[in-house]
Amino acid sequence: MNTGKRLMQKSLHIDPGKCTGCLQCEMACSLDNEGAFNPAKSRIKVFDFHAEGRFVPYTCTQCAEAWCMKACPVDAISVDTLTGAKVVSDALCVGCKVCTIACPFGTINYNQTTGKVLKCDLCGGDPECAKACPTSAITFIDADWTGLERMRDWASKTDSGTRAEA
Amino acid sequence: MARYVIVGAGPAGVIAAETLRQQDADGEIVLLGGEPEPPYSRMAIPYYLTGGIEESGTHLRKAQDHYAKLGIEVRQAAVSKVDTGANSLVLADGSALPYDQLLLATGASPVRPPVPGLDLPGVHHCWTLEDARQMADLADPGASVVLMGAGFIGCIILESLLARDVKLTVVEMEDRMLPRMMDQTGGAMIKRWCEDKGTSVLTSTKVTEIKAADGGGLQVVLDSGEQVPAALVVVATGVKSNAELAQDGDIKVDQGIVVDNYLRTSVSNVYAAGDVAQAPDHSTGGWSVLAIQPTAADHGRVAALNMAGVETTYKGNLAMNVLDTAGLVSVSFGRWDGGDGCETAESVDAENFRYMRLVFEEDRVVGALSLGHTDHVGVLRGLIQGDVHLGEWKARLQADPCRIMEAYLGSTLS
Repeated sequence: MNTGKRLMQKSLHIDPGKCTGCLQCEMACSLDNEGAFNPAKSRIKVFDFHAEGRFVPYTCTQCAEAWCMKACPVDAISVDTLTGAKVVSDALCVGCKVCTIACPFGTINYNQTTGKVLKCDLCGGDPECAKACPTSAITFIDADWTGLERMRDWASKTDSGTRAEA
Repeated sequence: MARYVIVGAGPAGVIAAETLRQQDADGEIVLLGGEPEPPYSRMAIPYYLTGGIEESGTHLRKAQDHYAKLGIEVRQAAVSKVDTGANSLVLADGSALPYDQLLLATGASPVRPPVPGLDLPGVHHCWTLEDARQMADLADPGASVVLMGAGFIGCIILESLLARDVKLTVVEMEDRMLPRMMDQTGGAMIKRWCEDKGTSVLTSTKVTEIKAADGGGLQVVLDSGEQVPAALVVVATGVKSNAELAQDGDIKVDQGIVVDNYLRTSVSNVYAAGDVAQAPDHSTGGWSVLAIQPTAADHGRVAALNMAGVETTYKGNLAMNVLDTAGLVSVSFGRWDGGDGCETAESVDAENFRYMRLVFEEDRVVGALSLGHTDHVGVLRGLIQGDVHLGEWKARLQADPCRIMEAYLGSTLS
C-alpha cells in the first residue's frame, strides 16, 4: 500500500525505446536552468548508441542513497521535501567536486563556468524535459510507476550498506 | 540508555553522530572535537584561502543549533587515553568519560619531513583552519611562496595560492606531480599546465634546509644547491593516521586502526572511521587507509549503524580523488596504476590537456585516471565498485576510453 508521502512524490520516467534523439529535453533543461540553449549545460543527457540506432536519455534518479549529498563536505546538497529531489545550493557549494566522483551514476557534474556543480532538481516539481519531450520518452509520473527499480536495485547493491553479498 | 562517544568532529564523526541519532532516538551522543572551532571540513579550506567563502562556509553543518537540535553534545576536549577495560576515556583534564560504544574518528595529521628549519616562523602546514588563517596573512599578491610537496593536498593548496597571485615554486621529491594519483603521462601534463600559469615546478628535488634570510623572510635550500627566497613555506608532504590513542589500549593498529567489514576494531565496542581507519579495500582485498572525504562519510555512516545495532556490511574502500589544479580537473579511481593481469586503454590529447586511462581486469574496469574531463566521471565509480561486466563494451572502451557513460548504460540498462 502506498503511503501518503509516496503518492505525492513523482519521478521522471524514461522510456529509451520512445526516444528519437531530438534533444528537445536538453534544450529545455539548459534554457530553463542556465538561461541559454546549451545542451552542454543540460542536466539531462541523451546518449547516442549509433551502432544500434538507439538513444538513451539519462539524468539523476534522485536515488535514496544520495551519494552526492552524503559526500558533500559543506552541506550544500539537501532534499527538497516537496519533490524529494536532491538540490544543490549554489550559495553553499564551494566547487570541490567530491560529489562528482561520489555519485556512481555520473549524474552530478562540475560546471567550470560557474565553479559549482549541476544536477537535476526536477525543476521544483515541474520538469521542463518532460514537458518538452514530443514522444513521451520522458514523463513525470507517480514514483511507484517509474520503472527505475532496476537502477535503484543496482544502487543498493553498490551501497556500502545493509545488503549481504550474494 | 546507551552512551555513544565519538572522538573527532570531522566528517566521519559528524555523520556518525547524525546516523546514531536517526537509529537511536534516546541514546546519549557525545562528539569530542580537538580544535576550538565548530565542526568543519578541511576539504573546504582551499576555498576559504582563495576568499571564495567565509570561515563559516567551511562548517560541516550551517545551522548553529544543528547539533543541539539533534541532542548531540559537541565538546572541545583532548583525549589522553582510551581505557578499553573500563570502557572509559581519560580526558586531558584528568576526568573520565565512560562509554558503551566508542568511535575513534581522530583523523590524520600532516607528516613533518626531517628538514631543518621547519619550526621557523613563516613555515606552515595547510591542515587546520588556524593554519589557513596564518597562511592567508602571509600569502599576499606578489609574495614568494615555496610549496613543499605536489601530492593531492599540495596541489589543492597550489590552486588557492595561485588565486592569491603569489610567486609560486613547487618542490616535489618524486619524479612527477601527484605521484600517488597520476601516472607519468598525467603528472607531466599537470606540470606543464602549472608551468604555463607561471609556476616553477621542481620535481625530483628535495628541500634540504630552511633558513631565516638576513633581511627577513626565509631562504629555502634545495638539494641542487639552489636557494629560493620565500615569505611563506607551505609543507604538504603527506598525512598519517592519528592512531596514537588506540596504541595504548589493546586495539590493533597497523598503518591506521585496523577495522573489519563492520568498521569494528579488535575491541568489540570500539569502532574507527575516516582517515584513522585501516579498512577492507574493494580493489586489493587487503586493508587500506584512505584519507579522503567520501570514505570518511561512508565509514561514519556504516560504523554508526553497527554501533546502534543495525548490522551493516561495509562494501570496502575505493580510492577516489578529484582535483582542480588551477583549472585543470583530474580524477583517479581504484587501481589506476594497473598491475599483473590488467589491461589498459588510453586516450591522450596532450595539446588540449585531455587524458583518459582505463584499467581492466577481465571484462571489468578496476581503475581509471582522467584529466580535463568533468562530465559523468562519477560513473567510473559505478563501473568499478559495481563490478560491472562490460561484455562487448570492453572492446568499445578499448577503442575509445572516453565512452564511459555509454559503456555503463549499455552494460546495465540493456
